[in-house]
Amino acid sequence: MTTLDAKVPAGPIEDKWTNHRFDIKLVNPANKRKYEIIIIGTGLAGASAAATLGELGYNVKVFTYHDSPRRAHSIAAQGGINAAKNYPNDGDSIYRLFYDTVKGGDYRSREANVYRLAEVSNEIIDQCTAQGVPFAREYSGLLDNRSFGGAQVSRTFYARGQTGQQLLLGAYQALARQVSLGNVKLFNRSEMLEVVLHEGRAVGVVVRDLINGEISSHSAHAVVLATGGYSNVFFLSTMAMACNTTAIWRAHRKGAFFANPCFTQIHPTCIPVHDEFQSKLTLMSESLRNDGRIWVPVDPDDTRAANDIPESDRDYYLERIYPSFGNLAPRDVSSRAAMRMIDENRGVGPLKNGVYLDFADAINRLGKDVIEARYGNLFEMYERITDEDPYEVPMRIYPAPHYSMGGLWVDYNLMTNVPGLYAIGEANFSDHGANRLGASALMQGLADGYFVLPYTIADYLADWLNISPVPTDHEVFQEAEREVDGRMKRLLSINGTRTVDSFHRELGKIMIEYCGLARSKPGLEKALSQIPALRDEFWKNVRVTGTEDNYNSELQKANRVADFFELAELMCRDALEREESCGGHFRVEHQTEEGEAQRDDLNQAHVSAWEWKGYNVPQAHHREPLEFENVALAQRSYK
Amino acid sequence: MDLTLKVWRQDGPGKPGEFKEYEAKGISPDSSFLEMLDVVNERLVEAGEVPIEFDHDCREGICGTCGVMINGHPHGDQKGTATCQLHMRRFSDGDRIVIEPWRATGMPVMRDLIVDRSPLDRIVEAGGYISVNTGGAPDANLIPVPKPAAESSMDAAACIGCAACIAACPNSAGQLFTSAKLAHLNLLPQGQPERYERTIAMVEKMEEFFGSCTNHGECEEACPKSISIDNIALMNRDYIVAKFKDRRKAGQT
Ligand SMILES: Cc1cc2nc3c(=O)[nH]c(=O)nc-3n(C[C@H](O)[C@H](O)[C@H](O)COP(=O)(O)OP(=O)(O)OC[C@H]3O[C@@H](n4cnc5c(N)ncnc54)[C@H](O)[C@@H]3O)c2cc1C
Ligand code: SF4
Ligand code: FES
Repeated sequence: MTTLDAKVPAGPIEDKWTNHRFDIKLVNPANKRKYEIIIIGTGLAGASAAATLGELGYNVKVFTYHDSPRRAHSIAAQGGINAAKNYPNDGDSIYRLFYDTVKGGDYRSREANVYRLAEVSNEIIDQCTAQGVPFAREYSGLLDNRSFGGAQVSRTFYARGQTGQQLLLGAYQALARQVSLGNVKLFNRSEMLEVVLHEGRAVGVVVRDLINGEISSHSAHAVVLATGGYSNVFFLSTMAMACNTTAIWRAHRKGAFFANPCFTQIHPTCIPVHDEFQSKLTLMSESLRNDGRIWVPVDPDDTRAANDIPESDRDYYLERIYPSFGNLAPRDVSSRAAMRMIDENRGVGPLKNGVYLDFADAINRLGKDVIEARYGNLFEMYERITDEDPYEVPMRIYPAPHYSMGGLWVDYNLMTNVPGLYAIGEANFSDHGANRLGASALMQGLADGYFVLPYTIADYLADWLNISPVPTDHEVFQEAEREVDGRMKRLLSINGTRTVDSFHRELGKIMIEYCGLARSKPGLEKALSQIPALRDEFWKNVRVTGTEDNYNSELQKANRVADFFELAELMCRDALEREESCGGHFRVEHQTEEGEAQRDDLNQAHVSAWEWKGYNVPQAHHREPLEFENVALAQRSYK
Repeated sequence: MDLTLKVWRQDGPGKPGEFKEYEAKGISPDSSFLEMLDVVNERLVEAGEVPIEFDHDCREGICGTCGVMINGHPHGDQKGTATCQLHMRRFSDGDRIVIEPWRATGMPVMRDLIVDRSPLDRIVEAGGYISVNTGGAPDANLIPVPKPAAESSMDAAACIGCAACIAACPNSAGQLFTSAKLAHLNLLPQGQPERYERTIAMVEKMEEFFGSCTNHGECEEACPKSISIDNIALMNRDYIVAKFKDRRKAGQT
């Protein structure tokens, strides 16, 4: 076991980023065009990085498996983006945003990164506004804010219920401008399937064209992965259908450490599952908890319709247990509370798998118009899916896998332990610790892409001035291409009896049961025996139809699910190894008398980073100790 | 419910295609349209056949990836609804459903129900942005935006780029999409400096790929985000002003 060095700059926390920017190497403007940079992904992180690096003068190639950069799953973010502007004058500051985020992450994030995030948050809002992002406004014409879980100030900027869409369009448009200027070359419907290393450094990627199956190599001075989260390991999640782990998993297999894989977020407000054929879960933005009240019937045997249950027979359990945060308790806390209600058999709906989110009081107080203006599109989406009108009857919600705090380990410069390989956005592990607060992923993706990576990457690039990238006919590329091609052929040749989806669904069930909201030693051990068995069956018995040289979604899925098996195993190992409860990681063995998460700061205040050691060989475990110099470690309380 | 599907199958770009029929039995009315296709596809794979390829991703009506013609209607006949949000309860047991890809010369079929929508990216690249580099933007509240302007801009910015408007149009015109992007930017104070150049550049790029608008209004009808045809009027007005204007004075309007 090695101890990892995150290369956090010295000095007081407020000065670290400023000093670091002064201390790191620069590439002068005329030299920037001598560099090639590859970016995988065009979500908030990838698009903002590609646009900014293009503006600076680097030659950028950007890849996405979508048909257009604008389709990345960032588009689906509803609620908003945090910043420490303090426009409402309610006591917010960079320090408070930093503090809330470290506390919200249950003290398992790196202080210096979080402080930098809070610091650049204000610039993000300025940048996006200048780009024409139509944020919500007051009648004065000034920007409006709302509040989100885990905070007692209003610091969330939003664009109706479509904040992610509007921020992504802003970044996409900036990217489109660089494409038209020739600074960025865009490859759509192109999936990266291998990271290529030469003498221990990342020097390029191998990509498959999804339309005709062509495999090609691309080389560069540095490779940036901005490929999003891996919650689809659970099969049902709020992620888009194609979200997957392949890019970061391939990097992991090439030596990049995977940090805190078991830190995944289960979001409290999603529409409950309705049947076996369901393909995904739909999020109802957390912002709804600003005006909705969460409750279940007091009596498990209460069969009355929601509106027939009088106040006295309702249990507004979040308001009861957490009086100071109430319905705005953070996600991990709210999700676990909902799970407890359902375990007590007090769930609602036909499958008794939900809790109510009730707007009746808010509608009485503010009027239907106000509620409609705030959440109209969400209410409509809910009605379409459930065929119930949330203006009339309370919504039903249930927790669903939503976000991965874990990801590739990166240092303060956002570089993985593989020189020249960077990870930004949800693909890295860096800022959210064991639980992410609402409206902070959009902030992190854009902070990484617009304001951090474009500076820090120069520190690495400066040493490679006038050295050409490794040519793509070099043996390292040829070998990687053969590997990719071999894998495609192998998947197509198995010709077994089970569909890819049937394997994925089964894997998801194992993961949600044993590595979901509550985790236990016996459960995780069980998962660790079931997952490899399922994986072995997959490689013997999966049926992938079609051919390699054509658009083939079964082949795409099979290749992604194959990597999910390996990730799932590592998640369970990580969960088993972390003998404490923190944030989204709740080990039933470690809880307080009241059933709250019990951290072990003495032994577990670290990042776990795992090193690939070969197929079917357990990964090696490394640690990065976490030091808290600015925020005092405390039992998190939202009571 | 039990359904019969008549689906366009095409092996690749430029290849001949044909309709094929499939039975979709035992479908839950609570399933979405795409979940219904998933069930059909899983059964096809089990039978050793190649499943029906279609584009999709978010499945919540926001990414704009999905979109097929359902009984001649882009995204089906439910107003303001993308294909992925359409639920089977809109259909009846025993229905026969015809499923086709978008059809327009500017958007060739790539396979089965998948088309090439990259011309939409080309139109945005032509000018669908505000030219600010990262860094150095003024404080966000230094540019007050009247609430009505912000709201109308947001209405237009809600376009998901699905191209249903183009598929719906008898002329395969790209006006609704292009005008929505223009209105998003042209209605904001931040969008004024480049307003007229942007309009000309985007309109001209659009015309390279798509037909001309003869006011059928089918686009608005088909749009899953109910983008208003008024945006086209604004675009036409801006285009004419731009063409006749002394450009040096454009910033003073
Ligand atoms: C429903 C929902 C609502 C949310 N709401 C909020 C919110 O209100 N506020 C908030 O702060 N956060 C929210 N989040 C979280 C936030 O949206 C995401 O964490 C964030 O947008 C991720 O951005 P990203 O750029 O890292 O990745 P993504 O946007 O997922 O982009 C990934 C990109 O990588 C590409 N890619 C991936 N793998 C490959 C490969 N192998 N080859 C080529 N390309 C590849 C994809 O094509 C895509 O372009 C929400 C998330 C969801 C799911
Ligand atoms: S205007 Fe409507 S139909 Fe056309 S691309 Fe936009 S959302 Fe789709
Ligand atoms: S799949 Fe995203 S809009 Fe339909």
